[in-house]
Amino acid sequence: MVTQIIYKTLLASFILVLSLVVAMYSTLIERKVAGWFQDRHGPNRAGPWGLLQPLADGIKLFFKEEFMPASADKFLYILGPSLTMFVALLTSAAIPWGPDLVINGVAYPLQVADVNIGILYVFAILSIGVYGIMIGGWASNNKYALLGAVRASSQMISYELAMSLSIITIVMMTGSLSLREIVAQQQGFNWNIIYQPLGFLIFLICAFAETNRSPFDLPECETELVGGYHTEYSSMKLGFYLFAEYINMFISGAVMATLFLGGYHFPGLDKLGLSPNVFAFVSFMVLFTKITFFGFIYMWIRWTLPRFRYDQLMKLGWKSLIPLAILNVVITGVVILLNQ
Amino acid sequence: MKSLTNRSKVVSNKKMTFWERIYFPAILNGMGITFGHLFRRKTTVQYPEVKREFSDIYRGRHVLKRDDEGRERCTSCGLCAVACPAEAITMVSAERKPGEEHLYREEKYSAVYEIDMLRCIFCGDCEEACPKEAIFLTTELVKADYQRENFIYGKDVLVEPADPAKRIDVSKRQTPEVIEFKKDKRYKHNR
Amino acid sequence: MFTHYIFHFLSILALFSAIMMLASKKPIHSVLFLTLTFFAIAGHYVLLNAQFLAVVHVIVYAGAIMVLFLFTVMLLNLNKDERSPKPMWVKIIAFIAGGMLMLTLIGIFRGYDIQSAQDPMTTQIGLVKNLGKILYHDYLIPFELSSVLFLTAMVGAVLLGKKEQI
Repeated sequence: MVTQIIYKTLLASFILVLSLVVAMYSTLIERKVAGWFQDRHGPNRAGPWGLLQPLADGIKLFFKEEFMPASADKFLYILGPSLTMFVALLTSAAIPWGPDLVINGVAYPLQVADVNIGILYVFAILSIGVYGIMIGGWASNNKYALLGAVRASSQMISYELAMSLSIITIVMMTGSLSLREIVAQQQGFNWNIIYQPLGFLIFLICAFAETNRSPFDLPECETELVGGYHTEYSSMKLGFYLFAEYINMFISGAVMATLFLGGYHFPGLDKLGLSPNVFAFVSFMVLFTKITFFGFIYMWIRWTLPRFRYDQLMKLGWKSLIPLAILNVVITGVVILLNQ
Repeated sequence: MKSLTNRSKVVSNKKMTFWERIYFPAILNGMGITFGHLFRRKTTVQYPEVKREFSDIYRGRHVLKRDDEGRERCTSCGLCAVACPAEAITMVSAERKPGEEHLYREEKYSAVYEIDMLRCIFCGDCEEACPKEAIFLTTELVKADYQRENFIYGKDVLVEPADPAKRIDVSKRQTPEVIEFKKDKRYKHNR
Repeated sequence: MFTHYIFHFLSILALFSAIMMLASKKPIHSVLFLTLTFFAIAGHYVLLNAQFLAVVHVIVYAGAIMVLFLFTVMLLNLNKDERSPKPMWVKIIAFIAGGMLMLTLIGIFRGYDIQSAQDPMTTQIGLVKNLGKILYHDYLIPFELSSVLFLTAMVGAVLLGKKEQI
């Protein structure tokens, strides 16, 4: 019991540190990738290949002036970015990062909390993720920030629907709400993306909208709203907002890999006859590679597509994605019935 | 109207077909284009280590040339100041005293010669107007500074060093064709 | 027991935020306190071993309904306290009505034998499978009827929201 608690604490802190480091370096990779897409090099001055750039950015953010608008709601103004950061880090608890580690004959699952409703847990965290942005945007007492917050909320509510509908098909196929179970059923090359290409596509688009990434980054749309919900934020509070976006990218990549790309499974990996711990490590690296792939797609799309207009965004969400998702649910239901 | 380039396209607001309206082909096409740029040669010039090559006739800051014996060529005729469209050049003339023949080539020289680099537009008209081949523009840049006064370059900066090894080479812009052209009295500014 | 402390903490949190929701001057604060109340209640659900209910509670109430509330309040920007003071008789009537509700509730819970309630850890009624079975076997008609009710409400809202005359 005690070893279990110690193990869980260690695992949780490891995943916490991992997501922070990954988010840190995502900022560098984002700028690098942006540079490459535009025939530039990207940051390469701080350390070899610019590897110390995130550190330099962090130090810069810490030393910036802490500014708070005089008419801001003090408590909520601070609560906004903290909540965003907190919520962004919560989701990682339910994701199975790999098969069990075996130490002294005892199996230790690479998952902080194997809740039997893992997928709903992820979804619940996602749905409260918008609070940080809304609170921060409102507390700034700035019309641009308020508009950004209002946009964020309506965008998130709209795309949550299509997203949950696309998850429902996965749940119908798997017959379980546990993420561990969903991953287990995708062993080998039984990946859900093969059976649910439309569902995956809808989920991917919604993930872009939910993480406020371009082409759906309307809450912070700088051409119309200055900086959107974080217009009035400076220093590390702004850093928290920007950082949370990258953590969200990482986590949503993990969720997508778990739900659709077979999680930590890779065809033929389990037949190599590796010892359990090496196998767990290799599987974790497989999952990590998939997450990196999604991270790259996020950046690739960002530096390719222009931003949607707000009415286009709403039209896409309500008039295209939701009907498509419902159609997908119906088709999946019919196929499952016919196969029984 | 005749278009200058043949790249202009006529905008049409025709209704999109279903294939166009689902956007995915267009999005994938665009992603392909951006992906291709990942492997292109980068156009960046790594500045402090690598400097961008200037054209031989780049018009940077000015130099006041000396002749082969190290005497200042400028005779303070004022043609450069007249030619200057930005009125950036001012000078004070002085007469050459006996014993100063090794310093100044002509009997009259400019005791003060100043160019305001904030006014200068680097057009090169002074160079063209000079009958004594004294002022030239170089490929050097005007350095940034915090004070406006520091942008008024005097003779201490403009006149090239007397040491033959440190002379500034202007042969790239003082080609035989240019010299020939300057002798042509048909043009007003050569008279 | 450890859960005992959590129960007390959640109860205090729920009551405190519920009271603060009523007492706050700014509408936004009220909405946020109400959200906090919902989270505390979700915590209670987890203590009762009804994780599914807890998560759905968070998704539906905190994640959707309260966001919509917040959205509306922000959009209308009800920052200033523009509510006109209520006349005395309204306050008295409200007090009487609220008091009667409380009396009724006390009456109900006095007659309720707490010991007879089953231990939540053994019933597992809040888990997805059991809940689904009960909902779709025993309570199928009420369940479907409630969904029809929602549909009606939605159609009504769309009808009201439409600008042109039908």
